[in-house]
Amino acid sequence: MSALRIKKGSSSHSAYDLRDPNAETIERHTLAVIVDNEAGVLARVIGLFSGRGYNIESLTVSEIDHECHLSRITVVTSGTPAIIEQINKQLSRIIPVHEVHDLTAEGPSVERELGLFKVSGTGDKRVEALRLADIFRAAVVDSTLESFTFEITGKPEKIDAFADLMRPLGLDEMARTGVAALGRGGA
Amino acid sequence: MTRQMTGAEMVVQALTDQGVDTVFGYPGGAVLPIYDAIFQQNGIRHVLVRHEQGAVHAAEGYARSTGKPGVALVTSGPGATNAVTGLTDALLDSIPIVVLTGQVPTFMIGTDGFQEADTIGITRPCTKHNWLVKDTDKLAETLHQAFHIATNGRPGPVLVDIPKDVQFATGAYTPDNQARTSRYQPRLKADLSEINALVDLIEQAERPVFYTGGGVINSGPAASQLLRELVDATGFPVTSTLMGLGAYPASGKNWLGMLGMHGLYEANMAMHDCDLMINIGARFDDRITGRLQDFSPNSKKVHIDIDPSSLNKVIRVDLPVIGDVGHVLEDVLKIWKSRGRKTRTDALPKWQAQIEEWRAIDCLKVKANENGVIRPQYALQRLEALTKDMDRYITTEVGQHQMWAAQYLGFESPNRWMTSGGLGTMGYGFPASIGVQMAHPDSLVINVAGEASWLMNMQELGTAMQYRLPVKQFILNNERLGMVRQWQQLLHGERYSQSWSEALPDFVKLAEAFGAKGILVSDPADLDDAIMEMLNHDGPVLFDCLVEKHENCFPMIPSGKPHNEMLLGDASTKDAIKTDGAVLV
Repeated sequence: MSALRIKKGSSSHSAYDLRDPNAETIERHTLAVIVDNEAGVLARVIGLFSGRGYNIESLTVSEIDHECHLSRITVVTSGTPAIIEQINKQLSRIIPVHEVHDLTAEGPSVERELGLFKVSGTGDKRVEALRLADIFRAAVVDSTLESFTFEITGKPEKIDAFADLMRPLGLDEMARTGVAALGRGGA
Repeated sequence: MTRQMTGAEMVVQALTDQGVDTVFGYPGGAVLPIYDAIFQQNGIRHVLVRHEQGAVHAAEGYARSTGKPGVALVTSGPGATNAVTGLTDALLDSIPIVVLTGQVPTFMIGTDGFQEADTIGITRPCTKHNWLVKDTDKLAETLHQAFHIATNGRPGPVLVDIPKDVQFATGAYTPDNQARTSRYQPRLKADLSEINALVDLIEQAERPVFYTGGGVINSGPAASQLLRELVDATGFPVTSTLMGLGAYPASGKNWLGMLGMHGLYEANMAMHDCDLMINIGARFDDRITGRLQDFSPNSKKVHIDIDPSSLNKVIRVDLPVIGDVGHVLEDVLKIWKSRGRKTRTDALPKWQAQIEEWRAIDCLKVKANENGVIRPQYALQRLEALTKDMDRYITTEVGQHQMWAAQYLGFESPNRWMTSGGLGTMGYGFPASIGVQMAHPDSLVINVAGEASWLMNMQELGTAMQYRLPVKQFILNNERLGMVRQWQQLLHGERYSQSWSEALPDFVKLAEAFGAKGILVSDPADLDDAIMEMLNHDGPVLFDCLVEKHENCFPMIPSGKPHNEMLLGDASTKDAIKTDGAVLV
């Protein structure tokens, strides 16, 4: 590799070579962080984001390998390409962090979130809620004579849209899990 | 067969196995079993400090002057919280230290017990890593891991929090070679393609500069040796950050002096006008870069660092090189030599001539003493003249005196200069000098201090006396917080809010109250004799040097300005810092 052909600002180890590293546009990235499942590891990750002023839009964590004590943390964050690169590197620096994958940069990925919605109503509103739930493939997981509890999975945007529709129909409460994500294709 | 012992005994055993000879500490309820184990052995010296902050800074001084990890031992609660400043200091300057804290017994954690604090929570952001050990069987392994993490990769502080019941309980001792440390193995050697690309740049550069930092020191004496070889073989000029002084000798012919906010004119101008900048183990700190948009606008930039997160963090570089400085320099030298030791011999003399022109400005020229008052720069010039050939270690506090020490003292080898660079911790220098003197009992250890910084950890005079540590406290006493005063003069309309030292002690009497020697000097004519008296005294000396009260530290890159807009003296300071620069520190 000739030195003269090194493009200004390019980085030979970065997954971001193809994008303009100096861009000021804010991008949304989903990161998968594989960590030792030990006390305080989540605090280390969250502390990094708050301490260095990075955004967290969504965060999920659960053990994925009981024998090896590994957990997978999925973080949806946003920032300029340079910030996203820093987040990736700073996460990699945490001792119990095994791997960091920027799913957004590494290729297509599947993102899913689960939401639970409690919707109260009678008459037409109740019927309409049920009909919309059917369209969104939401399942009824609990019901009373005045309410339904729906379970819905999908991309965060789909769950946003469902919430918007339920609001005028008597949305009482909702719970969302945050995003879980995997890269598409084989391992 | 595994050996059974108590947790407290494991601490002593693990420290011994790690080659620790000195521990700086302060006892308390939650570490009594460990102190009992220390009492019953002779292998490890324990230095009783007078405040836990002092213990951590002393451990830092020990680490920086030896290249080995420093160790501090403190109790739970206030012992641990007092260690926080030292931990943060070591984190920002990448100093390998291991801090052991006592904790309330495991069954009391979370009950707001006496002297309980969430030490792990408090120190998580100011350590490289930390551990709470809840099981005696895991204690030895954790301690070995702590040393591994502290000293490998980019060094840093680690903390192990040990509840009192874990210290009392008996468990199996895990030897060092059976501890699981394999997962943390940072990469040391860079890709060959990167090395080749760097050699390409070296061969083609017309106006090159090496910009070196603490990473060269941290990489070990061999790295400094390799740097000297590369610099002298290429003939490229070299500058250094505050942290890297001594890696290349101050008497070397390619030495530009320190760069940055209070760096030398020729160093900063070379950085601004170069066409190739090779950053070796430095991190483009804001004290170095000045205004980012105007930072060295026409150069290709190479950055060698063992920590990938340092690369492209502040300044985007053209060639990032991940690796240990020593390994990378070795490969660069090898390949550059094998390719015929080429440099642009046609262009380099012109660049050198340009640098000589900048050097001729003589930015560190010291004005004559006036009205029989010692100028602080003059005091340091005399200290340098009288001690430079000695086996000498220098620590500093933080402020104007620190910058003057960096400017006027010359460092010929690494690990001889201990100063709080990243965190800027006033009160660092005195305890650090104690740590250095413990490691080098027969060497001359001088702490260049300001009176205000020195007072922040003055209690350690008791420690110096107890262990007969002949540390020399060279206090440039201007009865001001000089750097604060300077900034107030430059950008707060000369309103000197709270920046003078009122009700100062009589430092000679203060020294004598501890049984130490105090020397007061105010007349330039007496200075040399007084310095010699300090050097010849076998014991701690408080050297109270009364200096010009309103001296400013120059050269200076005002905050928010680029390198080529340096202030060289008081005459140029009017309206030097605009509002947008004033928000920077």
